[in-house]
Amino acid sequence: MQLARVEGTVVATVKSRGLEGVRFLVVQPLNKHREPQGERLIAADAVHMAGPGELVYFVSSREAAEAMPVRFVPVDHAIVGIVDDVQVTR
Amino acid sequence: MKIGVVSGNVVSTINFPFFDSKKLMICDYLNSDGSTSGYTIAVDRVGAGVGETVLIMDEGNSARQMFGLDTGPIRAVIVGIVDAADFGETEVG
Repeated sequence: MQLARVEGTVVATVKSRGLEGVRFLVVQPLNKHREPQGERLIAADAVHMAGPGELVYFVSSREAAEAMPVRFVPVDHAIVGIVDDVQVTR
Repeated sequence: MKIGVVSGNVVSTINFPFFDSKKLMICDYLNSDGSTSGYTIAVDRVGAGVGETVLIMDEGNSARQMFGLDTGPIRAVIVGIVDAADFGETEVG
């Protein structure tokens, strides 16, 4: 899992079966010091509460689809938590 | 599996149900020369503390079996604390 900053939303009414009701958010992956690292991604929101500007963490590959209400949907990044605090000592 | 060094933790109250009451640790992946590159947020299962060298398993199927789940968005898990590792030219831990 990686840290990311939510930067926006994506609306797609025509999409694969099983993705009804799934919110897609634009996220910028971050390094452990919360600096942008890597390209922006579109992640499904599995906690239904992440809004723009929030610090979140997301899981990738097949495990992202495992966070969705319907199993085996084409999702490869999913937000699975909103960060309250990050402590990094080194 | 990979070897990493715990360098911090993540506190989260609003999350996917599985992560309730789980310890989320930030782990830097350790290279054979002792430097680090990249990190992951892993669920701790062995009581690892910041600064410890750890063994990280990063594969969903094994993680789900470990937690007795048939489904769940879990991949990275800290499965061991490294006492010593010999990379040939460098000693770690």
